[in-house]
Amino acid sequence: MKGGGLRIYAILYLLFLYAPIILLPIFAFNSGTIIAFPLKGFTTDWFGQMFENASLRRALTNSLIIAVSSSVFATCLGVFAARASTRFEFPGKGPIMGLIMLPLVLPEIIVSISLLVVLLSIGVQLNILTVILGHTLICMPYATVILSTAFNSLDRSLEEAAYDLGETKWSAFRLVILPLVMPGIISSLLMSFTISLDEFIIAFFLAGNEPTLPTYIFSQLRFPKQIPMIMALGTVLVVMSIILLTIAEYFRRRGIAKTGAKDTGGFL
Amino acid sequence: MTTTSTAEHRARTATAKPMIECRNVQKYYGDYHALRGIDLTIRESEFFSLLGPSGCGKTTLLRTIAGFEDISSGVVLIDGQDMQDVPANRRPTNMVFQSYAIFPHLTVAENVGFGLRRDPRSKAEKAAAVEEALAMVGLKGYGARASHALSGGQRQRVALARALILKPKVLLLDEPLSALDRKMREQMQVELIKLQRQVGITFVLVTHDQEEALVMSDRIAVMFDGQIAQLDGPEALYARPTSRRVANFIGVMNFLPAHVLGETASGVEVDVPGLGRVEIPMSNVSKSDPGDEGPTVGFRPEAVSLVAPGQPQQSRATAGVIDEVVYYGDMTYYDVRLDGSASADGRARPVRIAMRNVFGREVQDVGTRTNVSWSPGSLVLFR
Repeated sequence: MKGGGLRIYAILYLLFLYAPIILLPIFAFNSGTIIAFPLKGFTTDWFGQMFENASLRRALTNSLIIAVSSSVFATCLGVFAARASTRFEFPGKGPIMGLIMLPLVLPEIIVSISLLVVLLSIGVQLNILTVILGHTLICMPYATVILSTAFNSLDRSLEEAAYDLGETKWSAFRLVILPLVMPGIISSLLMSFTISLDEFIIAFFLAGNEPTLPTYIFSQLRFPKQIPMIMALGTVLVVMSIILLTIAEYFRRRGIAKTGAKDTGGFL
Repeated sequence: MTTTSTAEHRARTATAKPMIECRNVQKYYGDYHALRGIDLTIRESEFFSLLGPSGCGKTTLLRTIAGFEDISSGVVLIDGQDMQDVPANRRPTNMVFQSYAIFPHLTVAENVGFGLRRDPRSKAEKAAAVEEALAMVGLKGYGARASHALSGGQRQRVALARALILKPKVLLLDEPLSALDRKMREQMQVELIKLQRQVGITFVLVTHDQEEALVMSDRIAVMFDGQIAQLDGPEALYARPTSRRVANFIGVMNFLPAHVLGETASGVEVDVPGLGRVEIPMSNVSKSDPGDEGPTVGFRPEAVSLVAPGQPQQSRATAGVIDEVVYYGDMTYYDVRLDGSASADGRARPVRIAMRNVFGREVQDVGTRTNVSWSPGSLVLFR
């Protein structure tokens, strides 16, 4: 068989990547408290336990607030940065864009510690706001890259045409540019949301007493009794991510079909 | 619609009121001097072209008229009004962009009606205006189509309808035909002329294609290095270029060194190796651009013809040897070394002669001796 070795390699590779994720729902519905085969019986108790757990709900709420806020902030700032960098020439453009991209290569632990030191020394109370700040910072590079690509692919004369036809600079942006970069904005929101939702180090350092989903899960790993519930939580998160990605892909493809652009590949 | 002849149209526009006036327009990009003092008057209902190689400033000039570029100094007037503080969205100009800039997320009708957003008319009246504009460019019934599904020619028509629906005083066209294939381009050239005569709006076209400019324009400004080198009607520009550079840019021109013998009342007497003594009428003498090579006589390849010995010829004739033959189907190009035109190194620089391949005329072979016939009126002198 042609490429037999490579085929086996590819299958093993995919198994290695995805088999652990398949284990999540398996153990989430397993009635045994120990995470091991053989499976005992079917139960939905862990899900019930999860929904009744107040501190988990609090962690989830915190994480959602943080993820939504920081993805919105990062995307808004990203729109400004992307438009400025693709449309205008100004002194110091290179260094400024470099600074925006810097968190991408800085170790997160460094970012967290320096943020912590600065926030504490200026006397800011640690809570979810400080986490939002930190997450906005680390989401900015991703948002800026995604949005720069979206803005770059636009013909500059589209905006001029709208202006020429009597619109103001702002209404030309709203009527022409915004709808055309919308797929990029949605991508940026989703990307930032995902990064923020499972970010651990910054949340661990900057959240004060507030739990977020990753820090909560980490704190529960010490208690073996809680592990099946974490499996249930993981299952819910996986299903949610798949639904979210499907919706995003649907909108992306619809956007492409509507503007007749060439499909350059998306998430799926 | 009554069709007016080109001659009538040109006679009328020649005395029409000025629509665009540029007075000593200068434009700098940093240290780069993009427009070096443009003085230009474009008249109402005129089809005007800015022609030049890339980087000559023609697009910059168009964009300063549209209001997309500020001018460094000088004055731009449109219909007598100073445009200094008028932004592009309030100028009585509309533009057809090189890329057409069709909004891909809108339908054809939404594209064409885009400029009517602030129009106080009712929805039904606007829809009727859109339909009328689409009919004018030959896209009746295309309104509901998605704009990205259109062909290049159709996109161009949508861009035209979108600009013309606002009834601007001036329509600016930035290389509008460069993205089309040859057949479509030739068809659109004719349609653009018809459309322009129909709406009576001043058209200003930017192009690097000399043929396009000659076909469509009432007048053409040839630009080099941010300056207007010559401003003339198509025939004058082709027959009597005022500099070798313009002559070279528009079509092909043969150049032969000339010795000026003296001026007479009606022209300039010159001696041209290969052609002999000839008096060139004053109207064909240009003093602008002698260049390094001194006085030069120029003529178009089709202004001379090959004549077999014994055949009737024009007023003057000389002889030479065919050096090269290029067959184009409708035309044949001959490179001919004229007797007595040898330069210092003993070799004659061949001149190019174009002959139409009419029925019964045989294509001559390389090495054949031939007579070359010409008339003094077709020569231009650059001194």
